[in-house]
Amino acid sequence: MQPPPHTKCPVRSIAALLLVLWVTQTSFAQAPSYGVGRKPTAEEIKTWDIAIAPDGKVLPPGRGTVAAGKEVYTKRCLECHGAEGKAGKFDVLVGGQESLRSEKPIKTIGSYWPYATTLWDHIHRAMPFDRPGTLSTDQVYDVTAYLLYLNGIIGENDVMDALSLPNVKMPNRNGFVPDPRPDIPQSKQRQVPKPKPRVSPHAQTKPEVPGSTVKQ
Amino acid sequence: MPKPLLEVHSLPEKPSRRQLLKLASALGATFVACQKAPQENQWSTLGQPVSTYGERSRFETALRQISPTAKTRESASSLTPLQDLDGMITPSALHFERHHSGVPTIDPREHRLLIHGMVANPLILTIEEIKRLPSVSHIHFLECSGNSGGEWAKPNAKGVQGSHGLTSCSEWTGVPAALLLREAGIQPEASWILAEGADPAKLPRSLPVQKVMKDALVAYAQNGEALRPEQGYPLRLIVPGFEGSTNIKWLRRIKVVDKPTMTREETSKYTDLMPDGTARQFTFVMEAKSVITFPSGGQKLSGRGFYEIKGLAWSGRGAIRQVEVSTDGGQKWRLARLQDPVLPIAHTRFRIDWNWDGNEAILQSRCMDETGYTQPTHAELVEVRGVNSNYHNNAIQSWKVLADGSVQNVQV
Repeated sequence: MQPPPHTKCPVRSIAALLLVLWVTQTSFAQAPSYGVGRKPTAEEIKTWDIAIAPDGKVLPPGRGTVAAGKEVYTKRCLECHGAEGKAGKFDVLVGGQESLRSEKPIKTIGSYWPYATTLWDHIHRAMPFDRPGTLSTDQVYDVTAYLLYLNGIIGENDVMDALSLPNVKMPNRNGFVPDPRPDIPQSKQRQVPKPKPRVSPHAQTKPEVPGSTVKQ
Repeated sequence: MPKPLLEVHSLPEKPSRRQLLKLASALGATFVACQKAPQENQWSTLGQPVSTYGERSRFETALRQISPTAKTRESASSLTPLQDLDGMITPSALHFERHHSGVPTIDPREHRLLIHGMVANPLILTIEEIKRLPSVSHIHFLECSGNSGGEWAKPNAKGVQGSHGLTSCSEWTGVPAALLLREAGIQPEASWILAEGADPAKLPRSLPVQKVMKDALVAYAQNGEALRPEQGYPLRLIVPGFEGSTNIKWLRRIKVVDKPTMTREETSKYTDLMPDGTARQFTFVMEAKSVITFPSGGQKLSGRGFYEIKGLAWSGRGAIRQVEVSTDGGQKWRLARLQDPVLPIAHTRFRIDWNWDGNEAILQSRCMDETGYTQPTHAELVEVRGVNSNYHNNAIQSWKVLADGSVQNVQV
């Protein structure tokens, strides 16, 4: 930071001094005050920043097709999720449309998930279950495309990439509502008791005899 | 073979004086031996030496229960044995678990916390650096929002461990999240954060910035020592009163954003399906709830007489103000004693005297928190939510004591 220029005019000096003080104060307000930690590199942030929001902004470059997705699925997903995403040992991925109001709702990608980007995010970070994060970027796009196709959301020839995926409209996109609780009608108005005063256990004057005041 | 005290071949018609004295002394020795305290035989040898890390008595066998419906051990839960515990603190080794990809082994020297996004100074911190910062300790419960999830349609678990065991209470120590976010220069347009773990599933959850700045903790200690691995070692986010999955274990990253990320854990899971087919999202707060832990399902009372009924009450909205107990299925209620200190967003131990007359009884507890909200009955809850919402079952629990002293999980 440059010291204020030496000048014979006091107004200019004061103005310069005020400018320096303002700049200094602003940068102090922004600078960490405990001096711990370091700035991450851009590369570090890029590697760690894997969470895909509905806008799809951090989706990496790559592309996936339904046909390729079927191959990846058969090798890496079928064992747990079953043929065509149904009747597997673990989470059902396909079907269940129109079942949410029934006695036995089936929540799948097609019947329940509001965003297609979530599917990419989850497969990429957490799947396959026993070896998470071992699919390549293209393979994640492939499996995503295949599962969206199985659920009747995209066509057999649709290609999934960073631009098309965020634009996929999921059937249950508008199926979610915010938390309305407390939501149980309280049966009668009850007075809220005052908080119990905090008493040190050592402040007792009379010893309590358990069982001495047994009442029904 | 030791010499017998008495040798009996055939008794003479008249026992001699010597034989009578022998008999008397043998009987006397036996009598004295019976009066000795059980420990007296042990006192002739020294006990166990001092040790470096304590264990409990071998006579104490309370354990977490692995969730019976778990298909894998890595994406599963283990439940706290509430029926065997006392006070308000859950021993760290018995704190419930819920994982999605198992417990990672993390070297604290290698672990980093990244804070980035809508901040002026993105930061990457070591555990050592985090531990140097100003710290606080708070006692808070955690509860999985799926706790009691099996009890929606009908009484399901045999006992309280199965029906309510996904809740525990610890003292958490760490750095306020607000301090770290201010250190990183959180920007005014930020309204959400994305918190992410370093487990294989890298479990991510979105949280409103207001709540995180209010009282969330980046914790590294639990009940005075470092977090246990299955509780998030070396770093865990504690979000007081919010559903368990938001208390991200093995915390590795906080991204400051202006929209929820809509991860799988807040869309496909941890959303509550209503009878009309819509689902409630971001149902963060764990509402007031209580349960009697003794007598509870699967236990057996040894007979009529005095018992102390005890249990736990808690609320994500603040402190418990009162707990009432009924022994007749909810017709008459009495106020229970609350154990000091009654802390906000922490387990509160309640106790009440009961003279069991030996007849069938239905025991219930009902709590009210500081907002005036009262724990609903099972019927009241189902009336609004149906039976398929899966999460946030905070209904009043009923335990039926049969005439033989056995206790069953029932719904009345």
